[in-house]
This record gives sequence, structure tokens and C-alpha cells, in this order.
Amino acid sequence: MSRPLHIHGGRVVDPSQGLDAPAAVLVIDGLIEAVGPDVEAPEGAESIDASGFTVSPGLIDVHVHLREPGGEHKESIATGSRAAVAGGFTTIWAMPNTDPPIDDPAAVGYVRAAGRAVRASRVMPIGAASIGQKGEKMTEIGELVAAGAVAVSDDGHPVHDSGLMRRLLEYTQTFDIPVLQHAEDPGLTPGGVMNEGRVATALGLRGIPNAAEAGMVARDVMLSELTGGHLHVCHVSARQSVDQLRWAKDRGLRVTSEVTPHHLLLTEDLVRGYNTQAKVHPPLRVEEDVEAVRQALVEGVIDVIATDHAPHHYDEKEREFDDAPFGINGLETAFSLCMKSLVEPGHMTLSGLIDRMSCAPARIMGLDTGTLRPGAPADIVLYTPDESWTVDPARFYSRSRNTPLVGWVLPGRIRRTIVSGETRFEAEGDA
Amino acid sequence: MNDKRPDSGLGKDLIGLETLSGDTISAILDTAEPFKEISERAIKKVPVLRGKTIVNLFFEPSTRTRISFEFAEKRLGADTVNVAASGSSVVKGETLVDTARNLEAMRIDMVVIRHGSSGAAQFLADRIPSNVINAGDGQHEHPTQALLDLLTLRDSFGRIEGLKVCIVGDVVHSRVARSNIFGLQKLGAEVAVCGPRSLIPAAIEDLGVQVFTHVEDAIQWADALNVLRLQLERMNAGYIPSLREYNRVYGVTQARLDRAPGDTVILHPGPMNRGVEIDSDVADGPQSVILPQVTNGVAVRMAVLYLLAGGAPERAEEAKKGEA
Repeated sequence: MSRPLHIHGGRVVDPSQGLDAPAAVLVIDGLIEAVGPDVEAPEGAESIDASGFTVSPGLIDVHVHLREPGGEHKESIATGSRAAVAGGFTTIWAMPNTDPPIDDPAAVGYVRAAGRAVRASRVMPIGAASIGQKGEKMTEIGELVAAGAVAVSDDGHPVHDSGLMRRLLEYTQTFDIPVLQHAEDPGLTPGGVMNEGRVATALGLRGIPNAAEAGMVARDVMLSELTGGHLHVCHVSARQSVDQLRWAKDRGLRVTSEVTPHHLLLTEDLVRGYNTQAKVHPPLRVEEDVEAVRQALVEGVIDVIATDHAPHHYDEKEREFDDAPFGINGLETAFSLCMKSLVEPGHMTLSGLIDRMSCAPARIMGLDTGTLRPGAPADIVLYTPDESWTVDPARFYSRSRNTPLVGWVLPGRIRRTIVSGETRFEAEGDA
Repeated sequence: MNDKRPDSGLGKDLIGLETLSGDTISAILDTAEPFKEISERAIKKVPVLRGKTIVNLFFEPSTRTRISFEFAEKRLGADTVNVAASGSSVVKGETLVDTARNLEAMRIDMVVIRHGSSGAAQFLADRIPSNVINAGDGQHEHPTQALLDLLTLRDSFGRIEGLKVCIVGDVVHSRVARSNIFGLQKLGAEVAVCGPRSLIPAAIEDLGVQVFTHVEDAIQWADALNVLRLQLERMNAGYIPSLREYNRVYGVTQARLDRAPGDTVILHPGPMNRGVEIDSDVADGPQSVILPQVTNGVAVRMAVLYLLAGGAPERAEEAKKGEA
């Protein structure tokens, strides 16, 4: 096996064990061996000087789009997982809305094997919930799980049919996996390209109302209560959805949810001027919604942050607003954008943020990562939370550059990302 | 034509009225006044835009607006080319930006664009150095239509400030409505909209607009009604149950107008659906200014072309005599 790894001189922030102190981390055979102020390096260990760095469990993103197969001009499993480690993510969950969709075991196996071959972040495939993501007939979920699927979802398309959603929440219990739902009632969103409201009305763009999301969340929460299945609500954007989720949490239902970095800060005003980089699904909402999802994340009503990393080619965004695709490239700005929206203004501590981006995703999804406890896989991120940098998409590892954050100065730089004890990303330049 | 930069307040383009000041809008209307007379001459041509090349780029079918622009351009002496999307490389998959750049490469001076997507005119204006005039983009704005409506109202009432104007009908899908709301408010008018809630956009009250759900109330309130076309597609898409019912509940009829406190002035941007949103006796009656609107449309478009080409509002009178 590889040499032991001794990471010393840094501040270790690991909310999974309530740790925020100067400490060393020792890794042996790809697993955490020990963490503490007095942990010494064994003979022959590789030494990483983490002075000036913060050391935390690697970030986990349960919602990314890697576009392979079928959309390799936007992203590939290789470029996406390299973008992930550059953003501090050691695990990413790949959504199945590719072309063709990941709806059979061979496709799941392909994503998993291709992800391993890259040796960047761990890539965990999400299987389609319905065949062809058509929302009609359930996939062979057991076969998908056997091939390595960690969840099922029709993301990109909501599971509209209540009967199918019920069966999914029932059947997945055999395999103890969640159903990830893109919650939106399509009957309320025909032609919708941005948040319904003042800005859409002034710009003459068709709107997507909060009720389209919150109504579907309400139904799905009811179905989770009915079935006992694990419902995970993707990218919560509307304040009314938060009310539904709060109700579910109060009742102790198996309902979890995520919010994206962009919905934690940006509002519909960014769309003015027909800015296609701010066209995203669900849409950027208004300040009341931003405050509500942020507060829900702080309180734990929303469990985790997930990027919904949605790479799109330049030409596709360089279009009339109606014709441009939805999505924001998120992996390489997520941590820093959350530092800006949550930690800098004091809504959350750094430890709280690491929980929502690493420990909590592992906790709700039953992963053995997201912690630096002895015995856990050595997935570790080293970063400088106070160092600022300027967003320049030309430097992205992602194949696409679609972000509304061009030129933004953000706090928090990822310095080194380690997966299974192996350095998979190291930033250029000195701290 | 003119060595001075325009001091009308217009920039390079005319995309919408939302971003213009009241003074700029007034300057356009004032500039249109002297141009009205050109169309009344036996020889309807002045050399204001001689040597200028203008492309009328229409991605949506249009009769009235396209012809009105073309008359305005030709009466000012410009060379014009009409491009209709159905007969162009657009159907071969060319993007809007490539279409624009190709036109630009042929050294044009102005583009008049009509497009089905909101924001298309802005998109084009941001990417080419030519002047861009929005002749209607999706459900966003149709600024020259609103300008001609404003000119017509000013002709009727002698003022805009303090007028109460209600836009009746399919507001949610209407670029005419948005441009009218912005333009009227900037000139000090009060604006309301009237229609079934299914045809009124969300949060329109945030634009400072009053909402009537009964046309009788709107008629009681308004000095002028701007009656929008109700398209058959709206019925098929389920916004309203039927055109017949729409006419019964929202149709502007003489019987309804007769109960107004004064002589309500009636505008319609056309084309009309007689017997749906407006009855013939109203459209053709003494309170209607629908045909003067069309006449004013040419003058307003001349004014916009002249100003964007660098003309100064106060020199319009000389310009049309061929002296400026």
C-alpha cells in the first residue's frame, strides 16, 4: 500500500466530531488512522505541511450533471470530476439525465467505471427513476443498485404522476435508497423561463411560480408520510417549500432536501438584461425566498448544500433567453460562494458550512465519508477560508464556463483535495 | 447628415420605453410632429436618411408594423431591405447572432427587428454596432407602437399628464401593453389594465398599475381605452373558455361606452378581431382614433429613425426641408 500520510500544522475543522482546533491527521492505507494535536508521523510517512490551511473532511455533492454520455461538448465524467476536486469535492453524485438516460445497469456501471478511471473525485451514479425518464414505468431499481446506483431520480423532469411517485417511495425501501425529486408541477410552468413576478412581467418572460415547486413538495411529503420512503427534495428555491419541509421535519418524516449555492444568494434581478447565465431551474427567486432557504439551511430544515452543477456550452447560452438552456456551472465556485453568502455575513460558522457540505450529505445518504474519524476513508480537503480569489471561468477544470459570477471576488480557496489518501488536486501557487 | 451627437437622450438603440426618460419620450413625440406633414405631400420623400441602409429583419409575420417602418424609411430617403425569417438562413439553423453579424458585414446602418423571443432586440443591440430598433420582441416591448399611441393620445387630449388610460384585454401576452405602461407613466398618466386574471401578468401592480376585472369599472374610470387584440390561440391554450364569452364579459361595446361619464377615446393597436374584443360600431365610431394611430405610426417611426441617425430634435423642421 501507499506510504502513510501525515498532514500537520493546520487547523482541523470536522463538525462530525465537534473538532475545530490545531491538529494533525494521519492517514494509513487510504483510511484515517488518527486525528489530534499530538499525532506523530510514523517513519517513512509522507509529510504535508498544512500550516496556514484549514483541514476538513472532503465535500460531498449529491447533485451534479456530468453530461456523459451524449453531452460531451458540455462536460464529461473526466472533466466534471476534475472540476469537483478543484472545488474541494471528494464525492459527487451524477444525475442520470444524460442521452441516453442512465436507466439500465450497464449504463450505471459505465458511469461508475469511468469515474474510477479518472482518479479525481469519487463518482457515484444516480439511476433513472423511470425508464427513459419518461415518468411512466419504474426502472429495474434493484439492478441499478446492484450495478452501483446510490439513488434514483428523474431530475430535469419531475415525477409528475402521483401513483408512480408512491410506488417509487415504496419500492426503494427494499434497497434503502432515496428518491431524489425535482419538485415542480409541470402544469404550472408551460414556457416558464424565470421566476414569476415583477421582473418576469417587466421583461415579458414567462414565469415559474413558487407554487409549482411548493405544491409538488407538499404532495411528495404526503407520499413520504404515506409510504415511509426516503424523499429527498432537490434544489429547494421557494419559501413555501420550506414551510412544507419544516412540517415534514416536525413530523419526523424521512424527508431530506438540498439547496444550491446560487439560491442561497442570488435573486431574479440578475436576469435583467436577459442574462442567460442567470437562467436556471428552479429559477432564481426573490429576497424573501433567499432568506427563507438560508434560514432553513441554518436550522437544518434543509439538510445539505448541493450544486446542481449544470454545465452548458458557450454557444448554447449565447442565444435568445427563451432558447438558452437552464443551468449554472457550480462545482468550482460552490464552496466560495457559500463562504460569501453564509460564513462571511455570520449566518453560519465555517464548521456549520462544512457540516452542510460534507458531514450532513454523508449522514442523510448513509455514506462512510464526510468525517475525519479514525477508520473513515481519507477524503480530505485543505483550504484557506480567508483567501479571496477572482472567478475566471477560463480557468475552470469544467469543460463549460457558464456562470453568472464572472469577475466576482470570493473568499475561500481550495488548496488540496485528497481522496482515499491520494492527492487528486493541488492548487498552483503559494498560500 | 448631422455633425452633432444626438441630444434626444436616445442611445444607440431603441429597445423599449422602460429605460427612457419622460423627456426623451417627449422629444421623440415632438420630433414626430413636423414629420407628420411629409406623408401629406404629393411627393412623400425627403433626403434625411439618404445613403443610409436599413434592414427590416422580421422573424415574425407582420403587416402593419413592417409596412409602417418601410414607409418611414423610404419617405426619409433610406435604402431598405426586408428580410423575413421564413425565407432566410434562419430556417437553416443560423443563430440570431450570426444573422446579425452577416448583415453587419454588408455594412448596414440600422436594423429594425421583430422577433418572437423577449430580449431578442437587446441581444442584437449588444452585439452589433448598428442602430437597433425594436419592432416587437416576444412579450416584452413594442416601443414604436406605444410612441404612436402616446402621440395619438396627445393629439386627442392635448396632453398626456394626468390622463387615465386603461389597457384592456390580453395583457399577459402583450408587448404593446408593457411599452404603453412604461411610456404613459413616464409622461405622467395613470395606467390601469383590465381583463380576466388569467390574462393579467403576475405582480403587475408592482409596476404601479391598477387592475380592473370588470370592463364596466374600467370604462367608468378611464379617459381612454387601449383595446388589445385577443388571439384565438388564447382560447385553445385555456386562458379563456371561448371568444363568445370573452366578448360578452370584456368586449368594448357601444352600450358599455354609453354609460361612461365622458367620451372615452378608443385606441387599438390592430389587427382587430371585430366582435371579439371590440365591436364594429365602436371601432368605426366617433370615439375611435384607430386610423389616426396608423397615420401617426409612420411619423413616429420617422422621428425615431431620424434621431437614431444622429438628428437633433430641434432641427427636425429644417431636416425635413432638406436643409440640415
